[in-house]
Amino acid sequence: MKIAVCIKRVPDMDVRFRIGADGTSLDDSGLKYDINDFDAWAVEAALQLKEKAGQGEVVILSLGPDAAAETIRKALSMGADRGIHLKTDRIPFDGFAIASALVSELKDGGYDLIFFGKMSPDSSNGVVGPIVAELLGLPCVTAISKLDIADGKGTAKRELEGAQEIVEFPLPAVLTVDEGLNTARYPSLKGIMAAKKKPLDVKPATLGENKVTVQKLELPPERAAGRIIGEGSAAVPDLIKALQTEAKVL
Amino acid sequence: MANIFAFAEARNGELRKVALETITAARTLADSTGGEVHALLVGAPGIGAKAEQLAQHGADIVILCEHPGFTQYNPEATAALAAERIKGGGYRAAVFTTSAQGRDLAPRVAAKLGVGLVTDVTGLELTGDTLIVKHPMNIGKLIATIAIAHTPAVIAIRPNTFTPAQTPTAGRVETAEPVGDPSASRVVVKELVQGGGGKLDLADAPVIVAGGRGLKAAENFKLVEELADAFGNAAVGATRAVTDDGWRPHSDQIGQTGRLVSPDLYIAVGISGAVQHLAGMRTSRTIVAINKDKDAPIFNVADYGIVGDVFEVVPALTAAVREARKGH
Repeated sequence: MKIAVCIKRVPDMDVRFRIGADGTSLDDSGLKYDINDFDAWAVEAALQLKEKAGQGEVVILSLGPDAAAETIRKALSMGADRGIHLKTDRIPFDGFAIASALVSELKDGGYDLIFFGKMSPDSSNGVVGPIVAELLGLPCVTAISKLDIADGKGTAKRELEGAQEIVEFPLPAVLTVDEGLNTARYPSLKGIMAAKKKPLDVKPATLGENKVTVQKLELPPERAAGRIIGEGSAAVPDLIKALQTEAKVL
Repeated sequence: MANIFAFAEARNGELRKVALETITAARTLADSTGGEVHALLVGAPGIGAKAEQLAQHGADIVILCEHPGFTQYNPEATAALAAERIKGGGYRAAVFTTSAQGRDLAPRVAAKLGVGLVTDVTGLELTGDTLIVKHPMNIGKLIATIAIAHTPAVIAIRPNTFTPAQTPTAGRVETAEPVGDPSASRVVVKELVQGGGGKLDLADAPVIVAGGRGLKAAENFKLVEELADAFGNAAVGATRAVTDDGWRPHSDQIGQTGRLVSPDLYIAVGISGAVQHLAGMRTSRTIVAINKDKDAPIFNVADYGIVGDVFEVVPALTAAVREARKGH
């Protein structure tokens, strides 16, 4: 079983973001970055499949600036075998451009499965996985929360709004991972030491043409400050009144 | 005079509310170009009965494809059909929904057409030859203005952002054949399992009551369910801490890695307001927070707050809501 996992380095969201001087990008000074949560679950899924099969290879791909190598090393320290860093100074917003770069690397890789997280919190577009599948002509199942692979076929559970789908598909295939599939392991000290010696190829990313362009970034309007109605159940009548007369939702 | 394509999302033979929102969004674009809205509706034989609803919301033509292979969502056959219709129709834009189905379908279609796409669109406007959209980034802490110069521009709108409007047209139905054999698709949905943790889904409910760690134990979640029941039109949500602890299914989680919701009323019960949770609900129209810690960050986004013990306040609120809704 040869598995690729495409991962992204994303900023910690627990900060006040600042917009860069160009008005279209993030000022990333002072931001902390780590692997996207959904991608960490994708790495975990690949590692579990390899462990279950008792053989195989898990290859980590990441597109991004120099620092993307740190994120690849983290996945290697979890247990992946080798990494490929597609280097570009700035990750474009355009999912098509990103997918094109990944496809040029993935197309002759002979992978049985290609994993993605279902989306990343920074660009919030969630389209790269299915575009890659389409460009490679592979079956694709998105937002999976359960997975079984046997005899060259897969069964997955997909998360919908208030429902789930049980989906069957043949291998090779592209899968995007939702929360609930697993809990990502922490790298062990041994894993971190071993990762330093694992191969990591660095290549320039061959990005496709941008079909969509970010023209402007801005901060959303602040929510008007609310008010504390009161303390304890004594405040309930005033809340009911506010919901009826001001908010008109009751 | 450019026409606009819209995909009308259905599940289990029923239109989803987002389908009407999608038609409404497409209608606003078509009105700005003087063009028509052409809505694609696919499903098992019988789905055509829903075409009238699409016309009521502004579809000039409903492109209807009924086939047993579309009984469940059929990603490959649906993408092939949508891409062919869009390619042949010369549309200025193709509008989908940012749902599990739309996030699966729209990128497949865009890739087949070789055009750009933006999902989770909260505003749209045609400026000359360019479609300009608004798209929240970094869990809603930034709003991007994005230009899609390609034609057709493929977008997926955010649910609960475009209010379905009644704009009746004399909509006519054109039947369409599938592209190839839908039964030959490689990705096959074998079964649809209904139901998350609550009785009403988070996407459809005008009111959401959500619970966090402040409830202290799984069994206390009944306070949240009882408050939701009192409203009669409320769904139940949860924070990641609660779903990670197994008190509620993952599908109920609202936040950065869970569901994005924007109901008319959001009641946060025992939720401190971690940034990851706020990411999922801060666009709700009215937010109420009940928490014993007066410094909890949830109070910074709440319109109305009550500082107090949820075990005392929530039952009192439930009783008061029941009383207020008498006669509904």
